[in-house]
Amino acid sequence: MTELTRLTAAATAEAVAAGTVSAVDVTEAHLARIAAVDYRLHAFLQVDAEGALQAARAVDAARANGDRLGALAGVPLALKDVVVTKDLETTSGSAILKGWIPPYDATITRRLREAGVVILGKTNMDEFAMGSSTENSAFGPTHNPWDLARVPGGSSGGSSAAVAGFEAPLGIGTDTGGSIRQPAAVCGLVGAKPTYGGVSRYGLIAFSSSLDQAGPFARTVLDAALLHEVIAGHDPADSTSIDAPVPPVVAAARSGATGDLGGLTVGVVTELSGEGYQPGVTAAFADALTRLEAAGAKVAEVSCRHFGYALPAYYLIAPSEASSNLARFDGVRYGLRVGDDGTRTLEEVMALTREAGFGAEVKRRIILGTYALSSGYYAAYYGQAQKVRTLITRDFRAAFETCDVLVSPTTPTVAFPIGERADDPMAMYAADLCTLPASLAGLPALSVPCGLSEGLPVGLQVMAPALADDRIYRVAAALEASYDSPFIDEAPEL
Amino acid sequence: MTQTLSYDDVIARYEPVIGLETHVELGTASKMFCGCSTTFGAEPNTQTCPVCLGLPGSLPVTNAAAIEFTIRIGLALNCEIARWCRFARKNYFYPDMPKDFQISQYDEPLCTDGWLDVDVDGQTVRVEIERVHLEEDTGKTLHVGGATGRIHGATHSLVDYNRAGIPLVEVVTKPVAGIGSRAPQVAKAYVTELRDILRTLGVSDVRMEQGSLRCDVNTSLRPIAASALGTRTETKNVNSLRSVERAVRSEMLRQAELLDTGRRIVQETRHFQEDTGRSRPGRSKEEATDYRYFPEPDLVPLAPEPTWVDTIKASLPELPSARRRRIAGELGASDRDMIAMANTGVVDLVAVTVAAGASAAEARNWWMGHLAQQANATDVEPAALSITPEQVARVIALVADGTLSTGLARQVVDGVLETGHDPDRVIDERGLRTVTDAGTLTAAIDEAIAAHPDIADKVRGGKVAAAGVLVGAVMKATRGQADAASVRALLLDRLGTDGE
Amino acid sequence: MPITRDEVAHLAQLARLAVTDEELDVFAGQLDVILAAVARVGEVAADDIAPMTHAVPLTNVLRPDVITPSLPREQALAAAPATEGGRFRVPQILEDEQ
Ligand SMILES: [Mg+2]
Ligand SMILES: [Zn+2]
Repeated sequence: MTELTRLTAAATAEAVAAGTVSAVDVTEAHLARIAAVDYRLHAFLQVDAEGALQAARAVDAARANGDRLGALAGVPLALKDVVVTKDLETTSGSAILKGWIPPYDATITRRLREAGVVILGKTNMDEFAMGSSTENSAFGPTHNPWDLARVPGGSSGGSSAAVAGFEAPLGIGTDTGGSIRQPAAVCGLVGAKPTYGGVSRYGLIAFSSSLDQAGPFARTVLDAALLHEVIAGHDPADSTSIDAPVPPVVAAARSGATGDLGGLTVGVVTELSGEGYQPGVTAAFADALTRLEAAGAKVAEVSCRHFGYALPAYYLIAPSEASSNLARFDGVRYGLRVGDDGTRTLEEVMALTREAGFGAEVKRRIILGTYALSSGYYAAYYGQAQKVRTLITRDFRAAFETCDVLVSPTTPTVAFPIGERADDPMAMYAADLCTLPASLAGLPALSVPCGLSEGLPVGLQVMAPALADDRIYRVAAALEASYDSPFIDEAPEL
Repeated sequence: MTQTLSYDDVIARYEPVIGLETHVELGTASKMFCGCSTTFGAEPNTQTCPVCLGLPGSLPVTNAAAIEFTIRIGLALNCEIARWCRFARKNYFYPDMPKDFQISQYDEPLCTDGWLDVDVDGQTVRVEIERVHLEEDTGKTLHVGGATGRIHGATHSLVDYNRAGIPLVEVVTKPVAGIGSRAPQVAKAYVTELRDILRTLGVSDVRMEQGSLRCDVNTSLRPIAASALGTRTETKNVNSLRSVERAVRSEMLRQAELLDTGRRIVQETRHFQEDTGRSRPGRSKEEATDYRYFPEPDLVPLAPEPTWVDTIKASLPELPSARRRRIAGELGASDRDMIAMANTGVVDLVAVTVAAGASAAEARNWWMGHLAQQANATDVEPAALSITPEQVARVIALVADGTLSTGLARQVVDGVLETGHDPDRVIDERGLRTVTDAGTLTAAIDEAIAAHPDIADKVRGGKVAAAGVLVGAVMKATRGQADAASVRALLLDRLGTDGE
Repeated sequence: MPITRDEVAHLAQLARLAVTDEELDVFAGQLDVILAAVARVGEVAADDIAPMTHAVPLTNVLRPDVITPSLPREQALAAAPATEGGRFRVPQILEDEQ
């Protein structure tokens, strides 16, 4: 591993801008790292060396030309395969989309390219972002760089493993119920889910439209904030995109790094603790709270009594929307087609295609969602779940009357062994227990490393009111600054 | 099944209840949720993009003009405009739907509770409108390998998504009852009136033959004096105004046959066939489809500002019914005249001709008479004739001032129809002016007298009736450009008799 | 109320999934457990609580009626499993259009 792969994104961008290192050198160093370790991690589904080097050369040329470079120009990035990339295979981790070459770029892909960010390739994920372990990928699991026998979290486990494994300083994930925050926590990274509507969804292959948000992975809070600002902002192509200024997350990360949280009230959510939380997780979390207090924050207990209903509500809403979003994979316009031998009807071919092209978890959720939306059950399931969303949002609103941010462990446990929960959907779903409330309410939330438990990373989740994304960065940066050295330095060499 | 029942038999025992669902493709420039063009007739799959192909990751954004057009329609149909409403997903698999769901409206339509009055045989029937909602159209499927181009017997099908995503308004009536034998005419009159309104509003080109106006007809029968509605069927594929009437009529007959023989009506979708005037049952799965509607999460709610709705309302053009009332007043036309003019398709033409200075009587005579005949002979609508109301008014004026005789006027009009030139140019080109010059006429009269000395003598001898031959000769010599009455007077004068 | 194997088969058919008999058994068992867990939403959501479909309180997001370029046809058709004459080709269709 060269020094270039150990640099933060901010330092890399600075070096590229100053001309002390070329973007091509940075890119080649990361491609070499991928070549050296990815056969063990399986973080990437596609490595686009040619495209990456071309983007790097363009940055170097722009610098030579005296052009102003973006804040992350020349910095390599691992892009979750749920994000559509023109002329680069995009599968969303599914066999049904294997070989699909999109004719267009997602808005965030375009923004990354325009900012001079170097896209190294597409990362592995749970199929259609359904999962918490990346074991549900049609293309095999990804391994956690901290312990190859464990999961890297999910569904954005390819991106989290790539960044934790120093294959890229930055990664993009998407978070529907915790799919950025949970993998960030178990890989010892910073991962943020912006306010719903803060980052365009145009070109994200939809899992659950009312919940999906793309966000950054990085090894530092500042790096995550820099990436957040590149991808965020209003997009007329997404009707749910918020037409408001991007919260000043970079400035907040810088101000938080001074370690001063004076005047800030941090609410600790009572309901997100207790039984099921590993002692090591609870201990690291408690230690983090004392550090926040030491930084000048007031720490208070706060109760959000409907948070316990987030999991059932989520597992109705997300599968319902998914059952509809995934209907289009029918073997007519793109993707897999199975059984078209001239004897079968279209209806049969569609059903065989979907049966063969979707994995078990996807089918399970499609059936669950179909059930929840079907006549006679809609009111009792989907309708009630939408009401629970209202109740959870009210809980948040009440809590934010007295607190500036809320905190909890990001996930009840550290990374679990590959295969441990594969046959137990409910156990797998429990990994998202703490991240679901902010998802349902559309609020910004972030996971920041807060310690190790038996040598594995633990994350602390910070949640803030809508559009106050800057607060989560400020608190995270202050906590980050309170530790003597970054936890990621303790990750084993691969 | 052979139909042995007569329509009168059916009406004697059953009361029909009808309902109409009309789909209207809006004439917006771009599609409902993407910027692709809506132009009809393009090469297949050349007007598609990630959104209207349903590519993974694409998202819809609503076309403002489609919302405005729908509100316009709702207001013209006397509907309430929702203060807040949403789109919903209607989930079902079909290859012409790129996302395998249709973005439509379910329990929150944009417009509700309106009405439309239609005239049938001089009587007004109020058709209540249940809802007007907005959705996206599907692509077009071509069935290959079967004998008829129909789905049945096809070996495979081909899909073109150019039409997918074009904004489609669905106008749904409440059940229309109490119209008895007139049910087929009411159905036709409703669709006709709706078509005229949509055309007047400028929201659609309403071409049934191109599918921009499509009609589904619900029909049920109940025994006279029964209160419960009978089982209804839905007839789709009704693609002309004439077919609307035929579809209701044939379905009434079909259902009556079944009921008469103690059989039950199956609630089903049927497909109208233009060639036979009958319908065939659709092939659907046994169980009812469960569309699993839910609010479209990729779109945000619509809340039309009341001030916006008021602005749209204020900008509505004069609607056909109001226009007809105004024109009837202006023309002094009776209901009977108006119906006759409407049936001939000349109401607007007559009105514009009058506005251009012609008398109502003359304008009506021309359009209902000679011009209607010419239109009929060439099998076009009078409005499609290549003569404008202004040109007709000019011809009428030229007759009034004596420039043209009635016979010449017809020749001028025919000349305009042939060439599209203005009447004055046709007159010049063809020399169709009335000959009023006394010298020319006298010379022609003298020639006629010289050519027929025996007849001239008879006239001089008091046999005035014989003068007709001489008048005819003069008219022939002047190629009809002389006024026959003047010729006759001049001739008699010349022969020294006053004709008494 | 436990979910039956037949119900799962019906749902799979609605969702156009040709599930195997083996899967039916597995899914029926798992869905039973999951449904029991998610049914808890019924415990708290009262009649007077408005359902929340969107996290962002936006309305009237509209675009002007302006034509933007479509995809070239080769690109529109590029990923199709089968095409014919510039159209997407599909096997014979059993059911009529809706
Ligand atoms: Mg409809
Ligand atoms: Zn389009």
